[in-house]
Amino acid sequence: MSKFLKSISVGAIVTTLAMPAVAQTYGLGRAALPEEIAAWNLDVLPDGTGLPEGQGDAIVGEEIFAAKCAACHGDFAEGIGNWPKLAGGMDTLDHEDPLKTVGSYWPYLSTSFDYIRRSMPYGDAGTLTADETYAIVAYILYSNDLIEDDFVLSKETFLDVEMPNADGFVLDDRMESEVAMWSGEPCMTDCKDSVEVTMRALVLDVTPQEETTEAAAEEPAAAAEPVVAETQEEPAPEPQPAPEPEVAAVDPALIAAGEKVFRKCKACHQVGDGAKNRSGPILNGVIGASIAHIDGFKYSKAFKSKAEEGLVWTDETLAAFLAGPKKYIKGTKMGFAGLKKDADIEAVIAYLATFSEK
Amino acid sequence: MSDTFETKTPNRRAFLRGAATAGVGAFAAGSAGAQTPDPLITETQEWAQSFGDGVDATPYGLPIKYEDDVVRRNVEWLTADTVSSINFTPIHALDGTITPQGCAFERHHSGAIELKKEDYRLMINGLVDRPLVFTYADLERFPRENHTYFLECAANTGMEWAGAQLNGAQFTHGMIHNMEYTGVPLRTLLEEAGYETAGKWVYVEGADASSNGRSIPMEKALDDVLVAFKANGEALRKEHGYPVRLVVPGWEGNMWVKWIRRIEVMNAPVESREETSKYTDTLANGISRKWTWEMDAKSVVTSPSPQSPIKHGKGPLVITGLAWSGRGAITRVDVSKDGGKTWETARLAKPGEKMALTRFYLDVDWDGEDMFLQSRAMDETGYVQPTKTQLREVRGLNSIYHNNCIQTWWVRPNGEAENVEVS
Repeated sequence: MSKFLKSISVGAIVTTLAMPAVAQTYGLGRAALPEEIAAWNLDVLPDGTGLPEGQGDAIVGEEIFAAKCAACHGDFAEGIGNWPKLAGGMDTLDHEDPLKTVGSYWPYLSTSFDYIRRSMPYGDAGTLTADETYAIVAYILYSNDLIEDDFVLSKETFLDVEMPNADGFVLDDRMESEVAMWSGEPCMTDCKDSVEVTMRALVLDVTPQEETTEAAAEEPAAAAEPVVAETQEEPAPEPQPAPEPEVAAVDPALIAAGEKVFRKCKACHQVGDGAKNRSGPILNGVIGASIAHIDGFKYSKAFKSKAEEGLVWTDETLAAFLAGPKKYIKGTKMGFAGLKKDADIEAVIAYLATFSEK
Repeated sequence: MSDTFETKTPNRRAFLRGAATAGVGAFAAGSAGAQTPDPLITETQEWAQSFGDGVDATPYGLPIKYEDDVVRRNVEWLTADTVSSINFTPIHALDGTITPQGCAFERHHSGAIELKKEDYRLMINGLVDRPLVFTYADLERFPRENHTYFLECAANTGMEWAGAQLNGAQFTHGMIHNMEYTGVPLRTLLEEAGYETAGKWVYVEGADASSNGRSIPMEKALDDVLVAFKANGEALRKEHGYPVRLVVPGWEGNMWVKWIRRIEVMNAPVESREETSKYTDTLANGISRKWTWEMDAKSVVTSPSPQSPIKHGKGPLVITGLAWSGRGAITRVDVSKDGGKTWETARLAKPGEKMALTRFYLDVDWDGEDMFLQSRAMDETGYVQPTKTQLREVRGLNSIYHNNCIQTWWVRPNGEAENVEVS
C-alpha cells in the first residue's frame, strides 16, 4: 500500500514538472490526423468559411430536389403535411401564425448549406456531393424568389445572396427586459379581485387519449391484468394463420439484413403492428398485393393507372421497381433513388414478406 | 426533420379515462369506517402463502407491472415523424427529484442511435495547440465529477402559448428530466488540447445523422459543462446519448448534444440550424430573440393534476410539484388554491440545488370544493415566475420556446383536474 502511494506521488511530480504551468494535462488521447479533421470538420460559417469547391443552379437543383427532398418537403419546397416548409411565408413573422421558412426566417444562407450537406436527405444523411448541395440550396432560394434560375451558386457567389430576415434577430435581452420586472417580493394576499376561467383544455380536446386506467381505478383489488399503455386507436392484429406449407423456408439472416436495408425506407414507410400511412403507404402485405392497394393513401396517377392495368407486386416486379423507381414507374411520387445492390433488394423483399397481414 | 409544434384544431375526443373515473367509488375497504372485516387482512393471501420470484428472475429489473402506466408518452400530431420527435416524462406520477432514465423524456432529430463504446471517438479541433482524438477509455482516465442537473427542452410548455391546450402535466411540462451525471469537465478536455485564447466559442456536434450542433460561449464551456457518460449511476441510455453526451447546466436541452463526437474551438458561432431557424424566440413584432440559452425559473403542480386526480375525497391532501431555474437554486415556491388571489409558501423537500429540480409540498385539509391550483417559483436571483398574461405582454404568442408561465389546474369537487387559464 505505502509503496503504491509512493510511486503515484513520484509520477505525479514528474508529470507536473514536465507540463506547462498554465493547466494540468494528462497526456491522454492522440493527435487528430488532418484527414480525420477534414472528414468531420464540415461546418460552414455565415461568412462562407468552410464552403467547399463546387457549384449548382436551381435548374439542376430542381431535379435533385424532386428525387431526394420532395417526398417530405414537396415539389416546390412547400412542405407536405407536418414536414418542414422551406419556401414562402415572406412578411408573416409578425402575423398570428407566422410561416418560418429558409426564405422568410433563416438569417444566414450558410446555415442551409451546412445543414443540408451534413444532415440531409433525411434517412440518408451525408451522401450529397458539394455540387448537389449547392444545387439544392439554389433550388430552395429559387423557390423563395430570392434568385433567378440561371444564378450559379458557389463559394464565389454565396455572399451575393441577401437573406430577407438577416436583420430580424436580437440577442437575448431577458435580463434587461424581464428579469428585473419580474423580481422582488411577490403578492401573497388579495392579489386579484376575481378569478374566471378564460380557457379550457377540454374544449380544445387534443390530448392523446388513453383507455388505460378505468378498469384499474374501478376495481383496485382486481387481479393484475397488465394495463395496456398504448393508445387503442388501431385494432389489435388478428393472429395470423401458420405459413402455407409450400412456402420455402425463410432465411433469418436475409430477413435481418433486409430490416437493416429497410432503414432507408423508414422515413416514409411503416410496416408491422400499428403501421400507418405516412408520406408513403404502409407496406404490410405488399408482396402479392396489387399496386396501389392501400385504402386511404393518395397514390400518384402513375400508380393508379398501373393498378388499372393489373400490376401486382411480386418479388420480380418489386425488385424491378426498387432498382429504379422512376424508371420502372414513370411519374411515381416516391422520391427514393433506388437500391443499387441486388443483395439489398432481395433482402428487403424478404423482410417485407414477413409482414403478410394487411 | 420536423419539430414544428402545430396547434391542433378542436375535435371531439374522449376525456382522459383516468380522470373521468376519478373520485368515484374510491372508498375501498380499509378506509376509516369499514363495516366488514377486510379480506385482504382476514384471509391468507397467495403472496403471503407461497413464493415470489427468485433472484435469477430479473437480472435487470423493470418496474412492477402495476406501474406500467408510468411511461413516456408521445403526442402524435406534434411532429411529422416519431424519429424526429419528442416524448414526455410522466412527471404527474413521479415523486422526489431524480428522474429514472427509463421514463425520462427523449428528443431526437434522427432517432436514438446505437453507438458502441469501442466505436466512440471524440475529436477536439479548431483553435487548439493539439488537435486530439479521445476514445471512450481515454475519457474514463480523466478526473471525473458528479452533479445533478435538470434538462429542460426549450419547447417545454411550448404548446400552451396560445391557450390551455394539453390536459396533463406530463404533456404541458414533461419535456424535462433530472439526473445525477458522472463525467469529465469540458474544461479539462479543452486544457488537454491547449485551447487558444482567441477561442471565444466551442462548437459541439453529435454523431447521429442529424449531426445536431450548437455553439457555446467559451465562458460557459470553461465554467460547468460536463462531458458525461453516466446518469443516475449507470451508463446513459441510448436515447439520452450513449455512450457520451454533453451536460450544459441550466441551459436549453438542445445544447446538451448527445453522442457528442466533436468539439471545435472557434472565434465565432457557427449559426447552425438549431441556433437560427430553431430555438430562437419570435416576438409579436416579428423580431426574434437568439441565444436564449438559460431556462427561466419555472414550476408546476404535478399532483393533483389532470392525469393524477384526487381519488380520496375531502380531507388530508398532499399537493406537490417541481420547481427549477437555469439561473441557480430555487429558494421558494408559493402555491395558490384560488387561482392566484392568495398564496401560501410551500415546503421544499430539500433546500434548492443549483440548476436541479426541487420538490415542493403543501399539505392541506381539502374542503372538497373547487380549487384553481397554481405554483410560483422564485430563484436565488430574486426572479419570480411570471403569469401567462405577463409573459404574453412581453413576448406575444409566437415564441414557441421558453414558456415558463404559471400553470393553472382546475380541480373539481369530484377530484378531477383540468388544464385551464384564468383571468
